[in-house]
Amino acid sequence: MNDTIISVDGLRKRFRRTVALDGMTFTVRPGQVTGFVGPNGAGKTTTMRVILGLDAPDAGTALVGGRPYRSLHHPLCHVGSLLDAGALQPGRTARNHLLWLAHSQGLPARRVDRVLEDAGLTSVARRRAGGFSLGMRQRLGIAAAMLGDPPAIMLDEPFNGMDPEGIIWMRGFLKALASQGRAVLVSSHLMGELQDTADHVVVVGRGRVIADASVARLLAATANGRVVLRTESAAAAVVLTDAGGTVTATGPGVLTVAGLTAETVVALMNSNALPFSEISAHRATLEEAYLELTREAVEFKAVSQ
Amino acid sequence: MRALIHSEWTKFRTVRGWVIGMAVAGFVILGFGLLPSFQGSCGGRGPQSDCVLPVGPEGQAVTDGFMFVHQPLTGDFSLTVRVASITGVLPPGPGQDEMREGVAPWTKAGLLIKDGTTQGSAYAAVMLTGGHGVRMQHNFVHDTAGMAGSVNSPRWLRLTRTQQKITGEESADGTAWTTVGTVTLAGLPSTAQVGLFVASPQYAEVDDESSFGSFSSYGGFTIATALFDNLSRAEGWQGKRIGGPDNMDDELGSFEETGDGSVRVTGSGDIAPAVGGPAGIGTGLTDTLVGTFAGLIFIVVIAAMFVTAEYRRGLIRTTLAASPGRGKVLAAKATVMAAVSFVVGTVAAAIVVTLGQEVLRGNGVYVHPASFATELRIIAGTGLLLAVAAALSVGLGALLRRGTTAVAAVIVTVVLPYLLAIAVLPPAAGDWLLRVAPAAAFALQQSLIEYPQVLNLYIPQAGYFPLPPWAGLAVLAGWAAAVLGLAAHLLRRRDA
Repeated sequence: MNDTIISVDGLRKRFRRTVALDGMTFTVRPGQVTGFVGPNGAGKTTTMRVILGLDAPDAGTALVGGRPYRSLHHPLCHVGSLLDAGALQPGRTARNHLLWLAHSQGLPARRVDRVLEDAGLTSVARRRAGGFSLGMRQRLGIAAAMLGDPPAIMLDEPFNGMDPEGIIWMRGFLKALASQGRAVLVSSHLMGELQDTADHVVVVGRGRVIADASVARLLAATANGRVVLRTESAAAAVVLTDAGGTVTATGPGVLTVAGLTAETVVALMNSNALPFSEISAHRATLEEAYLELTREAVEFKAVSQ
Repeated sequence: MRALIHSEWTKFRTVRGWVIGMAVAGFVILGFGLLPSFQGSCGGRGPQSDCVLPVGPEGQAVTDGFMFVHQPLTGDFSLTVRVASITGVLPPGPGQDEMREGVAPWTKAGLLIKDGTTQGSAYAAVMLTGGHGVRMQHNFVHDTAGMAGSVNSPRWLRLTRTQQKITGEESADGTAWTTVGTVTLAGLPSTAQVGLFVASPQYAEVDDESSFGSFSSYGGFTIATALFDNLSRAEGWQGKRIGGPDNMDDELGSFEETGDGSVRVTGSGDIAPAVGGPAGIGTGLTDTLVGTFAGLIFIVVIAAMFVTAEYRRGLIRTTLAASPGRGKVLAAKATVMAAVSFVVGTVAAAIVVTLGQEVLRGNGVYVHPASFATELRIIAGTGLLLAVAAALSVGLGALLRRGTTAVAAVIVTVVLPYLLAIAVLPPAAGDWLLRVAPAAAFALQQSLIEYPQVLNLYIPQAGYFPLPPWAGLAVLAGWAAAVLGLAAHLLRRRDA
């Protein structure tokens, strides 16, 4: 596909006896935030390091704009990345940290001042990075990733260590990048962090992709037309089951009904004179979708082993 | 590559500790060189005791003190003599009190023509030596070997002047003659002083009993007596101790004509280039640069940490993601460290060589002057020594990745061999070490010249290195190239 910016195809990598990547395959497209989700040890960081040419895969390819990363002339102008916010020389100021990076790409110092401003670091630009909080280091790492004004951004666990305010800033920042037409790949071990941020998710476990879908489709599939009903009536479950619904008690006085539309449920309750206080279409969370997907993956593993 | 070097330079200059460390390296070199380190006796006992060495016709400081039995001869001539024997005394050996019988290897007895009896004037001579056979020498620094010989087997010598050409010949029997050499003494006046001479130089030897960790040498003046006969010119001889008092009849210089053209000449001293060190006088410019070693320690540690600090912080991944050409990254790091070290070393050496020799002289130490070219080589060589050592350390840092390991490695490979050679090992072992270890490049700092025709202890402790300057640099450069090459290879192959 022409609009693919990062493509990862069949990556395999083994560290001694541990299989880190086991056929990792996915693509990252421009104009959207792609969440890269999986438990710790699923191979997210290794994949990103392979994309950046830092680790060599045993098999498979990783391309950026159709080319291997190591062949890029000024790579920071193609992909900006933040793998480890702590990777700083403590005695060097924030501005000087960005300055050497800029010089390595042939970029002028004004580009440094620009990204410092965008990351909200202008006031601490001349302070030593060694004294920065983790949140400030994350911002500095983001600034470094933006230095080359790249069409693709890759961030490894950017929400780690951020305060709520920082998380909100980060979400807005990532969405803004995507709306500028950039490809954004963000890894996280917590699906919830990507709620309302990611447009697309690549769910990984044990070095391979479990699911690769748009967030909208994933949520719809998980919700599957279910209805949440709040009622104290014990007969409600029987009536709804008789009408062909699948009823699960999901809390005290809360029933989740599958297989019936909300209108049908309301009609059945009314015609049987059963009281209820609330009825709503079930809204699936990304977390649920993720748990469902990974549960299947774990079951699949259990069967196959 | 320019962008990379710019980037690495920015990295260096933005960490205050590294910049300060490099500056300290420079100041250490200055400090050791400019603070009075040792005392000499020149000028210490009034103006009469000033150390002023005669200067030879080719500009070097020379030793010109020997027994000369001479007469003025005008125009061309030929003078023949037989050296019947040479005997002499050497300084006491270790633990002894008495002078011992013996002839020093560079004791000289033979025929000499000299432009007057002033010290340092031009000369040419053919001679039998104590241990180096027959030689033809002129103007202090030139030496041509004739046949092997012994102080106990008589040898005929002949010196012939044809205008400004002087020819020396030798013969075992006085009939079959072999030319040892012909030299031209430009500007030799038509009347020159010609005659017999005996010189017996300072003697020095490393004490074989030297214990590990301290080397000792012993030595002192020597005296030789040569028996000449069959002298082709019988009359008109007068004795003069060149460079000595005019009242010449003492054990260090005398002569006695015994008839039939036989003359017994006793002499001491030498007619040769002046040397520094145990058998010579004073020291060389190298001694102003004693601080280089301490400066080197700072520089190699900083250069190694310039790389290992990135591994420690994980910053190496940022660097390699920004610049995937890993060999070039390493080259840029080595270039920046080498350039900074070169500037530090060259500037410090320029100051210390210029001012330090005044400090030494002010302290009564005789400092052998060096030619401008030698001074330049010593100054730029100090920069080069530090620069290539820094590049080597960058390579070791990249190879070993851990700061403590890398610093230990640079100390062991760069610093330790020099220390062992100078201060711990016996001279022979130290000599060997300074041929193979990176510290061989200290030869760039040698200012004294090693003359094969002057017996001396040409050992590192005295400022004489076993390799020529550029060969020493080549040894260090070879180490740096090998380590950087291996480091680049592994850097490309390993995951970052």
